[in-house]
Amino acid sequence: MPNESTRDSGQEYERHGLYDEANEHDGCGVALVARLNGVPVHETIQRALASLCNMEHRGGEGADAMTGDGAGISVQIPDRLLRAVSGLELPELGRYGVIVCFLPQEPRRRAELEQLLVARVEAEGQAALGWRDVPVRPDQIGRVAREAAPVIRQLFVGAGADAADDEAFERKLYVIHRSAEIASGEQLTIPSCSSRTIVYKGMLAANQVPRFFPDLTDERMESALALVHSRFSTNTFPNWRLAHPFRLLAHNGEVNTLTGNVNWMRAREAQLESALLGKDLKKVLPAIRPRGSDSATLDNALELLVRAGRSLPHAIMMLVPQAWQGRKDLPPELVDFYRYHSCFMEPWDGPACVSFTDGQVIGATLDRNGLRPGRWVVTNDGWVLLASEAGTLVIDEAKVSRKGRLKPGKLFVVDLARHQVFADGEVELEVASRKPYGKWYRAAAVRLADLPEAAPLSGEEPDTLRNRQLAFGYSEEDLRVLIAPLAAHGKEPNGSMGNDIPLAVLSDQAPSLFHYFKQRFAQVTNPAIDPVREAIVMSLESALGPELNLLTETPEHCRKLILEQPVLDDAELARLRHPDQDLLPTRTLDMTWALSAGPRGLRAALDRLCSEADTALDDGAALLILSDRAVSAERVPIPSLLAVGAVHQHLVRQGQRLRVGLIVESGEPREVHHIACLLGYGAGAVNPYLLFESLDGLAASGELPKTTDVAEARSAVIDGFTAGLLKVLSKIGISTLHSYIGAQAFECVGLDRDVVEPYFTGTQSRIRGVNLELLGREAIQRHARAYPKGPARRDAPRSGEAKLLPTGGNYAWRRNGELHMWNPETIPLLQSAVKPGQDGRAAYQRFARAMNDDAARRSTLRGLLRFVNAELPVALDEVEPAKEIVKRFVTGAMSLGSISPESHETLAVAMNRLGGKSNTGEGGEDSVRFNDERRSAIKQVASARFGVTIHYLVNADQLQIKVAQGAKPGEGGQLPGHKVSPLIARLRHSTPGVELISPPPHHDIYSIEDLKQLIYDLRCANPEASISVKLVAEAGVGTVAAGVAKANADHIVIAGHEGGTGSSPLSSISHAGVPWELGLAEVQQTLVHHDLRSRVTLQADGQMKTGRDVVVAALLGAEEVGFSTAPLVATGCIMMRVCHLNTCPVGIATQDPELRRRFTGTPEHVMNYLFLVAEEAREIMASLGVRRYEDLIGKTQLLEIDNTIEHPKARTIDLSSVLALPVAPADRPRRKVRGPDPILDGALDHQIIADAALALEQGQQTKLAYTIRNENRAVGALLSSRIARRHGANGLPAGTLEVSLTGSSGQSFGAWLASGVELTLIGEGNDYVGKGLSGGVIAVRPSPESSFAPEDNVIVGNTVLYGATSGRAFFSGLAGERFAVRNSGASAVVEGVGDHGCEYMTGGVVVVLGPTGHNFAAGMSGGIAYVYDVHAALGERCNYELVELEAVNPDDITLLQTLVSEHQGRTGSPLAGRLLASWERECKGFIKVMPRAYKKVLAELAARTGPMTAPASEPVRVAAAPLKVSA
Amino acid sequence: MGDPRGFLAIKRAVTGDPRRDPGERVHDYHEVIHLLPVPTVKEQARRCMQCGVPFCHRGCPLGNLIPEWNELTFGGRMRDAIERLHSTNNFPEFTGFTCPAPCEPACTLEINDDPVMIKHVEVSIIENAFREGWVVPRPPAHRTGQSVAVVGSGPAGLACAAQLNYAGHRAVVYERDEAVGGLLRFGIPDFKLEKKVIDRRIDILRAEGVEFVTNADVGVSVSVKQLLVEHDALVLAVGARLHRELGVPGARLDGVHLAMDYLYDRNRAVARGVEAQVDRHEKNITARGKNVVVIGGGDTAADCIANAHREEARSITQLDRYPAPRGTRPREIVGWPNAPRREVSSYALEEGGERLWAAETLELTGKGGKVDGVRISQPEGERLLPADLVLVAIGFTRPERDACLTQASVQEDDRGNVRADHYATSRPRVFACGDARRGASLVVWAINEGRECAAVVDAYLAAQR
Repeated sequence: MPNESTRDSGQEYERHGLYDEANEHDGCGVALVARLNGVPVHETIQRALASLCNMEHRGGEGADAMTGDGAGISVQIPDRLLRAVSGLELPELGRYGVIVCFLPQEPRRRAELEQLLVARVEAEGQAALGWRDVPVRPDQIGRVAREAAPVIRQLFVGAGADAADDEAFERKLYVIHRSAEIASGEQLTIPSCSSRTIVYKGMLAANQVPRFFPDLTDERMESALALVHSRFSTNTFPNWRLAHPFRLLAHNGEVNTLTGNVNWMRAREAQLESALLGKDLKKVLPAIRPRGSDSATLDNALELLVRAGRSLPHAIMMLVPQAWQGRKDLPPELVDFYRYHSCFMEPWDGPACVSFTDGQVIGATLDRNGLRPGRWVVTNDGWVLLASEAGTLVIDEAKVSRKGRLKPGKLFVVDLARHQVFADGEVELEVASRKPYGKWYRAAAVRLADLPEAAPLSGEEPDTLRNRQLAFGYSEEDLRVLIAPLAAHGKEPNGSMGNDIPLAVLSDQAPSLFHYFKQRFAQVTNPAIDPVREAIVMSLESALGPELNLLTETPEHCRKLILEQPVLDDAELARLRHPDQDLLPTRTLDMTWALSAGPRGLRAALDRLCSEADTALDDGAALLILSDRAVSAERVPIPSLLAVGAVHQHLVRQGQRLRVGLIVESGEPREVHHIACLLGYGAGAVNPYLLFESLDGLAASGELPKTTDVAEARSAVIDGFTAGLLKVLSKIGISTLHSYIGAQAFECVGLDRDVVEPYFTGTQSRIRGVNLELLGREAIQRHARAYPKGPARRDAPRSGEAKLLPTGGNYAWRRNGELHMWNPETIPLLQSAVKPGQDGRAAYQRFARAMNDDAARRSTLRGLLRFVNAELPVALDEVEPAKEIVKRFVTGAMSLGSISPESHETLAVAMNRLGGKSNTGEGGEDSVRFNDERRSAIKQVASARFGVTIHYLVNADQLQIKVAQGAKPGEGGQLPGHKVSPLIARLRHSTPGVELISPPPHHDIYSIEDLKQLIYDLRCANPEASISVKLVAEAGVGTVAAGVAKANADHIVIAGHEGGTGSSPLSSISHAGVPWELGLAEVQQTLVHHDLRSRVTLQADGQMKTGRDVVVAALLGAEEVGFSTAPLVATGCIMMRVCHLNTCPVGIATQDPELRRRFTGTPEHVMNYLFLVAEEAREIMASLGVRRYEDLIGKTQLLEIDNTIEHPKARTIDLSSVLALPVAPADRPRRKVRGPDPILDGALDHQIIADAALALEQGQQTKLAYTIRNENRAVGALLSSRIARRHGANGLPAGTLEVSLTGSSGQSFGAWLASGVELTLIGEGNDYVGKGLSGGVIAVRPSPESSFAPEDNVIVGNTVLYGATSGRAFFSGLAGERFAVRNSGASAVVEGVGDHGCEYMTGGVVVVLGPTGHNFAAGMSGGIAYVYDVHAALGERCNYELVELEAVNPDDITLLQTLVSEHQGRTGSPLAGRLLASWERECKGFIKVMPRAYKKVLAELAARTGPMTAPASEPVRVAAAPLKVSA
Repeated sequence: MGDPRGFLAIKRAVTGDPRRDPGERVHDYHEVIHLLPVPTVKEQARRCMQCGVPFCHRGCPLGNLIPEWNELTFGGRMRDAIERLHSTNNFPEFTGFTCPAPCEPACTLEINDDPVMIKHVEVSIIENAFREGWVVPRPPAHRTGQSVAVVGSGPAGLACAAQLNYAGHRAVVYERDEAVGGLLRFGIPDFKLEKKVIDRRIDILRAEGVEFVTNADVGVSVSVKQLLVEHDALVLAVGARLHRELGVPGARLDGVHLAMDYLYDRNRAVARGVEAQVDRHEKNITARGKNVVVIGGGDTAADCIANAHREEARSITQLDRYPAPRGTRPREIVGWPNAPRREVSSYALEEGGERLWAAETLELTGKGGKVDGVRISQPEGERLLPADLVLVAIGFTRPERDACLTQASVQEDDRGNVRADHYATSRPRVFACGDARRGASLVVWAINEGRECAAVVDAYLAAQR
């Protein structure tokens, strides 16, 4: 039915410029309510809607404030109401269904669609009983929503005779709605179609739902369960059908693996069979509606599984399995269940809170990482409530019988038939025990070790090694810089500084195809994962080989090759090829083509590969090996990625893909990125044989450490690859290789449609670029280097017979290597231009010419553009003066830590004198700098929250949330121990000499609504600062930026992939993210399109060097421009690229005192440079006829494509999408003209501040009391801000202000609470309690009326005490995931924690009086945790990478007693009371969790100086004057 | 990747080149440079920082892969080091002994420390390789059947011929003097480059298949036309030997000589054994017992001074027309990473003699047609220096317009050099490289020119097949 699928793609879909609706994301609030007795009542709906309204702050608000992003409710069929209002004679409940339809306003088309539906109903043998117009009140909703509103009608369907039971009827309804959708295209949306459930939803804000649908407030509307959802989308593109709930689920999350999942589902369709659906099955295919949102797509898959006979929990467990690999604590049946199902369903991976109902059961589950919150309550009068936040409904505490939270990967199910709540794995176990999955698996699964051994292929004599290396484009640098370190250390090598080489599409060096692919990464809408510290959720296991019918289960379903990781060595491949190996027959296809066929032979060769694959399948092959071992003087290797893409996509299109596994045997891949690309486009395993062979060569020539033998080197390489792959997966938030395979988590930069569409179908490639023939030509060019004989030889003669590889030059400049923008010409030119006391203009002009006219044109997208000069230029002196323009300049976020204090302060002084801004970077800032010229106006808030105290926050003009960094988006950072000097350690609240880890994500930003919360928190902490969010360019950054604008930010930074770093894996520097030109243009277009541009300032950054760069950035939309590398070069940086080694010879990127003395930079250097840049910009402005900088912003019509560039590759690029003007009315603002809306007006803190005036002003002891709701967020932050501003870092004297609050607090309770304030919360807290705690005291205790045992119930949510630096906190009850993550100084007592407790902690004390979750103390390099390990479970759950367990000593016991006593005193904890009552005995039950390095340093310090004291500040030589703030 | 902290652990062993004691070396003609022990050289190579932007690599006209072979040397992989070195430089021993090493002032350590001993590492790599027997003839595996005549056997001609030979072409070098090497042999004294070093390399080239014809003064003993009949292409590597005129009164007095004439004489004498009779080529210029004045501030002047020392001149005075530079380090003189045009102090002056800065030569005085003094002006006033021998070392202007170039009838550029923008001259099949094309310059430039020219010729020949 090919026609249907094209028609289904519809016409509404729009694409203009770089904005692409397909990139939209959403996050949300969800809630469900159920009555255990199963009796439908109206109150259920009331409660659910009230709960939804109380999460209003989680939803988004667009340019039209009245228009919400979407909200809705799913309930049981309200039989009483429908009977009364439908005007139809309805059969008994269960024998009729309701099809809820969104129909077009246009009457004729609507009538057609209605007829179509009725016809479908009748064709399926059911009765179309009649239509009902759903009453709606359009006046209650926003203009944008109203204009896009569909006609909402309900079609009643009576069960036909063949629908014997209600399951059969539901199946029929499924067939009806799916086939109607297929036939109708996108104009018809069917929110629900069931005899059990009904959905009301729309493009509404949460509180509009009951107002818009009068049905919902009708008392006759009754249900025993309800599922509600409110959406926060990155867009405001009017779209009703994206609202939740869907037919079976509502989803708060992101499916990161969606492309792969959709492809695999499509591939599965050819072999689907279902006894239940029978012949109807083909009517519902394709089962996945094209271009649905990720949630809609997941719903499609779920529906197929359920309608084909699996139970709802079973289907959910298949699609969103929990982390089971290597888990010893799970029941074996459950592991077997997951293992079995992994043979034919890859996880739909990403952060998720999936709530679901089929009208009989209702429940929810979290993704394996637990990246969305979910809190539940069961009352003793039979209600169950679950919501994204605690406290969305006010519930009488006395009635609460249990409180809990959703846990990673676990199901929470309310079964109305059984009147029971299952929260502890009962349902999973029930499902897992249905069949002998384990037995089946063990009988059929194939492991390499089971296969016969065989001699590996060598074939080639070693003396052709060099030729073959040349043919695959190897350079000496590959061997020296990438491979040798990998083989020696089993780790990808690190590098530093930015990427200043050309895009692959502009390179003359015939880069490999891999280099056109950029890794995608998570930012804001879902978090990256830490693959090292959180390895427990990660897995590289995959199952390779034919996959059987998804809709049945048989033992044969596991006849697959199980691989622990995807890199095969030669011996392993040989086993698969062994002639006696008949479990999974293999076939090898030749991945080379005849040189004689020339560049055009490549296409024919790909066609041949595909048809050979078909033949091999017909012959029964289960594994296809694509091999380029046949490379020779006559045969050219096909780029391996191209071959994989071609065969994979061909087989997907043919519906044959699931019949085989693909293995690549290639000489080409030699980097993590290469392997990742091959897997991402469908290969299941890779044998990089030439890499292994090269190791022999390296070993033979002594290039590996003498201690390494080749076998060790090989396994080190595989280790390095697996670690690297985990990093690549985790940076986009994918946990398992199984779902990464084929997920196409890449963006192409510079490939033409004739490459992307057939072979990398669905991958974004936005500027076109080289075509297949050019790729063929470059492959031949590489081949010619290897086999230079023959008349076509062009190479220079070589010295004798020594076969040396080309030297390379990607990572360090080489004369015959790749172009670098920073090179031996340009660096000294810039340095001589800024020398004080001389007019550097001439040198600067040469510098600018070298950069603009030469380097940029050969390496960057902006180099391909030229200015459209005005016919009447303006005189230079009419152009805004340079001193105004430099105010728009900032220096980049380079932490003190990555660079030396001298260097850091030089930048700050320079920027303050200019009126621009410098940035602290993520390392905090010494408070002695706050009041003088060395102050950084921008204070960064990064994932590790180093030094982020309330005092730091109030001293900023701008607070910048670093979501990602250009050099390594999606990754955390590491400051190696040798750079953690005493000063750095003091500022970061850590221990000198101990390595510091920054987590990949902010643990309080897993979604867009989380970001909105953090922005709110920071506004409270410093209401006068603007809030900036730093993003990195990738496809879709525009929609992320739209979400950020809607989340109330003032300022957005778009960093290009070319940005610098103090330390990153080399592959990240080179292969993640895209140029800022693409990102900035997309953001500008998207923000204008959604009318969000007026509220935010845009800043661009990434390899900015010249006035031309500045003007291009402005024309593409940037108000401000960031510079990092260039100012460093001005102060002496010579691009050593050793920042990560602490050996910077010019004293910039080092903490070594001896090297710091070599620093000779001055603020004048930086100022002179930026003035020269501004002057150049002015000259360009004059020629453009533009007088004021602000008149440049967004004027892409002043740029055009420079068609004088002759470079054959450059000419293939099409930048028209970058220059496209947004579709928007002409008068819509293109730049910031106003601020974001004020959001702090309703804060509870205003009241507290007023009431506490005497405490704040005079330090008078004050006690206050309030009630609190979940809508009162970040309570205490605004108060603390006042205190810090007035009293500095020390705050108020201890105990000055005591505030008690009763109720459920909103998120971020007590954020950055300052010293002298004590908050006591009676009730419960949500996520982020005590975030950044800065000296205050927090206590949370249950209501005195509650009847449950506190220690068994959840009292606070996830990510409590994140980044706390000092103070104390006490929690009488259980906390969620990541308790005390990145704590660096606070003391806390809690009665139990979830997974990842004390993660990345560097200081402070945590006492856990009860159970700990998995992965306790991961990445904990400092501080101490004590666990009262009554269940003796800590041993298994602790992560021992950095810590060890010890018995407590007398000092510990004293400390514990003090803290536990205070806990008991502040919270009345019965548990603490019991412990203290028999302290002598109980104190021995504590186990001490001690970081090894921390212990060592403490011991050394104790030996030297007695107890540990903070080291004194080191003198710094930069001259600084007190800061004069100019008006 | 080297030792990132090596530069902090190790100091540069010697400022400049390691040289033998002046008091000792002034009595012989052996190389002034003495080789440091290999372990010391390895340690010095450890100082290389493996820069992200290796300015040395750009500072080297040949683009020598200095970081690479420093790392290999530090790692003890001396055999790989010579392979790397040979891949960009056919004759590292020539540059290793004679190059003024613009790489060293470009070294990043020059900014605030002492640069890596790049030149010494280079010479140590190649000398060690010769000692170890690793430098062996590597004749090409295939022959193209095409043939090229190279006129001139200086470093440019030799490099060009070597490269063409590697590419499989027949390369025949025509040299007008009695032995090959050009200025390497006759212009550079033994104590800077012993002639056995040249012979050793020529033997290799010969064994690889390069043919040499000496005493072949092209244009005189064999015509250009003839060469173009016998060969598929012709490369002019004839140097730029037309000297610059002093242009003051008295320049034609007896006892006033061009530095190059003096050096040719001295080199021939040394080659023969210093005590033996004058041979037919020599003008018999000697400094023994004389008051010698050397006019000029460059390398050639220094070589004259050092020769005069070895001849036991009575006094030696060098006249440098430029004032004394401000500092003692290149970065103080010209700014890092540029190389200074001249050295503040030369090896020759270590051995004795005096340099007068800012000394303008006004006149050479003489009696009976024979020079007896040099009148100069300096900022502090005029003075007359006694002089029995005046050596003029003020550089060269362009190639000599001799029979060879006349017959070749190729166009000149505006400085009088052979015009050959991409090594091809105005005449088909005729190419040019080295000083003849770019004007007088360093050995290292000559080698680079020879190599690049060979690539162009090779491409041309490939297209003809």
